Amino acid sequence: MNYVDTTYPPVRESRQVASFKPALLQTEEHHLCPGCGEPVAIRLICEVIQELGLAQDTISIFGHGCYGAFMSTLDVETTLCLHGRAPAVATGMKRMRPDKLIWTMQGDGDMVSEGLAEVLHTAARGESVTCFMLNNGVFGDTGGQMTAASVVGQRTKNTLEGRDPGYHGFPITIGEMVAALPGSAYVARGSVHNAGSIAQAKKMIRRGFERQMANAGFGLVEILTMCPTGWFLPTKDGPEYMMESLGSVYPLGIIKDVGAEQPA
Amino acid sequence: MSLRLIDGSEAVAEAALSAGLRFYSGYPMSPATDLLEQLAKKLPERGGVCINADTEIEGVNMAIGASMTGFRAATGSCGQGLSLMQEAIAEVALNETPLVIFNMARSQQDYFQATRGGGWGDYRTIALAPKDVPEAVELTQLAFHLSDKYRVPAIVYGDNILARTLTAVDTSPIAFEPLPPRDWALDGTTGGTGRSKQIWTWGVGKHNTPGPGPQLHWRNIADKFARIAETEQRWEAGFHEDAETMVVAFGTAGKFVEYVVEDMRQEGWQVGFFRPITLWPFPEDALERGCKTARQVLVFELNAGQMIDDVRISLGKRVPIRSIGGISSDDAGINIGDRMDASYIRARIIEAMEPVS
Amino acid sequence: MNVAARKLSRGTIVVAVDRCKGCELCVRACPVDVLTMSEVTNANGFRFPLLAPGCTGCTACQQVCPDYVFEVYKYEEAVDELAAD
Repeated sequence: MNYVDTTYPPVRESRQVASFKPALLQTEEHHLCPGCGEPVAIRLICEVIQELGLAQDTISIFGHGCYGAFMSTLDVETTLCLHGRAPAVATGMKRMRPDKLIWTMQGDGDMVSEGLAEVLHTAARGESVTCFMLNNGVFGDTGGQMTAASVVGQRTKNTLEGRDPGYHGFPITIGEMVAALPGSAYVARGSVHNAGSIAQAKKMIRRGFERQMANAGFGLVEILTMCPTGWFLPTKDGPEYMMESLGSVYPLGIIKDVGAEQPA
Repeated sequence: MSLRLIDGSEAVAEAALSAGLRFYSGYPMSPATDLLEQLAKKLPERGGVCINADTEIEGVNMAIGASMTGFRAATGSCGQGLSLMQEAIAEVALNETPLVIFNMARSQQDYFQATRGGGWGDYRTIALAPKDVPEAVELTQLAFHLSDKYRVPAIVYGDNILARTLTAVDTSPIAFEPLPPRDWALDGTTGGTGRSKQIWTWGVGKHNTPGPGPQLHWRNIADKFARIAETEQRWEAGFHEDAETMVVAFGTAGKFVEYVVEDMRQEGWQVGFFRPITLWPFPEDALERGCKTARQVLVFELNAGQMIDDVRISLGKRVPIRSIGGISSDDAGINIGDRMDASYIRARIIEAMEPVS
Repeated sequence: MNVAARKLSRGTIVVAVDRCKGCELCVRACPVDVLTMSEVTNANGFRFPLLAPGCTGCTACQQVCPDYVFEVYKYEEAVDELAAD
C-alpha cells in the first residue's frame, strides 16, 4: 500500500482548514494519557474564546484534575484554586469584575464530589459565571477512583468489582440538579466521542459564554470525556464505552436554556 | 477627629471600609455575626459587595476570588468558623493573595489556631490582637495594609467583649505608606499575549513564562515570612524597667492586666506587664528585654496554655514562667467566663508574688 | 496499477508523528477510512497514523485527536496523490 507523505504541508495549491493547536494554547505538548478526551474539550474552549474575541477579558479558575496540565499552557489568565472551590472563587471574581468572562475548569471529582456545595450555591445565587465539568466518572489524576458521578457497575480503582449501589450509592447527575435551581440560566451536556458530538459541544460552550456575557445567570456545561486509563480500556474503545456507560446516565443535550427562543 | 459611640463590630466594619474594603463574604456565628450584619448593610451602600455565604469555606474562597482581581477583600467568623478556613488561609499564603480574616472570637482559645494555623505547608499568618475597640480600628486598617504590602494573610483576633462594647471611636482612614500597584492581580488583560498571568501555589508558571517551581517558590515565601518576622513585630509594655514580676497577656485580657498592674504599682508592687500586639510575629526579643529584671513571668491567658509556649520560646529557662489564667467559659460555651476579671487577676498575681507559706 | 481505480484526494494532512500517542481515535473517526496505524513506532514507542489517498479534508481526525497531531488542508482541485509528479 502506498501512503501519502504527511511530513510537510502540501506543495499543491491548497488552503489550511485546521491547525495543530488553538491560538490560545502556548504549546501542543501535554502529558495526558493516550485517548484522553480532556484536551479536545480544552481545544474547543480555546477556540470559542478566540472566536468571541474575549482572550483579554477572561479569567479562568482551575480545580484539581488532569486538566490542570493546561494551567501551564493556556494563554489566558489562570489560577488554580482549592479542590471543589472554583465556583466560589468565580463568584468573588465576577462580583468584582462583572464585565469579564469568568469560567471554571473542573472535573466530576472536583465539582460533584468535593465541590457539590459550591456549584449548587453558586447556581442558586444566579452568579453569571460558566462552570465546565469534564465528566469521565473518575478521579483521573489520582489514578481513577470513583467519584460521586461514577455510574452503577463502573469498575474503578477503588470499586474493582464495579460500583455497588448498596455499598457506594448512586451517581449524582449534577446537570439536572443545577437546572432545577431558578438561578441557573444555561445547562448543557455534550461529549467529545466523535466529530459530530465535538461540533455540538463547541456550540454549547459558545452558547454558555454568550449567556454569561448577557448576564443571564449561572451556566454549567458538562462535557463527557474519555478516560481509557481510568476505565481499564484500550484507547480506541473509549468513545463507545463512554456512550454506553456514562452516556446512558448522562444524556446529551441542552438541559436548560432560559434565553432560548420558544418554538412558535 | 470625629468620635462616634458605636460597638466594636460596627467600629471594625467602619474601619474596614475606611481601609477600602470592597468585598466581604461571611457566614453567621456568634460573636462575629454582628460584623457580617454591619457589612451586609454598609458595603453595598458604599459600592462594595457583601455576600451572605452559605458556608465558611465558600465565604473565604469568594473573598480570595475578589482579592485575586485586585480588590481589598475579607471574610470573618469566630475561631470555630476559622477552623473551616484553614486550608484557604494556607492557600493564600502560598499563592501570595492578600486576605484579611476577622476572628471575632468567643475566647482566647484561638491563639494556636491564629499563630500556628491548621493549613498545609510552610506558611505564617500575621495575627493582630487588639486590646480594645480603638485599637481594633487601628489594627483592622493595619491588617489590610500589611496584607497588601506583603501579599500574605492577616488575622484580626478580636473577641466578644470587643464586639459588643460601645466605645467612642474615630474610624476615619489612617494613612499608611503608599503601596505599589497590584501588577500580579488578574483582570484578563494579559490573555492571548503569550505572557498571560497565573496564580498558583506551586509557582509553576507557563510554557512561555516558567515560574520558580514549587521548591524555590516555597523557599521564597518562607524567606518573605522571615523578613516579615523581623520587621513587623508590635507590642506594648509598661512598668517593666524594674519589675520583679512580669505579667504577659494578649487582647482584651491585656487591657485587664494593664489596669490591674497600674493599680498594683500605685500600691507599691514591683509588677509590670507586656502585651504582644502581633501574636505573629511574636515579639520575642522585646519580651526578653522587657523581662530583664523579672524574677518570674506570669502568663494570663484564658485557655489551657497557648501563648505561654511563645513566652517560653522567647525566655527559655532563664526565669520561671507560670500560667495564671486557664480555660474560662460561660455555660453556653460562647462567652468568656468569670476569670476575665480584675479581682481574679489581681489575686492570682499577688498569690504568685507572695505565696502563702 | 489501474490509474482510474486510484482514489483522488480532496484534502490532506500533516501528521506530527512524534507527538502521537497511538490512541487510534483518528482511525475510528475518519469517515472515508483513509487512516491506518503504522507498523513502526515513533520516538516514544507509539504507532502513528498513515494516510492513504482519498482524504476529503473534513478535519474529523484533527477534531478528535487529543494530542493536536493534525494539520488539515483542502486542495483547490482533487489530487491523485500517488501519481508521479
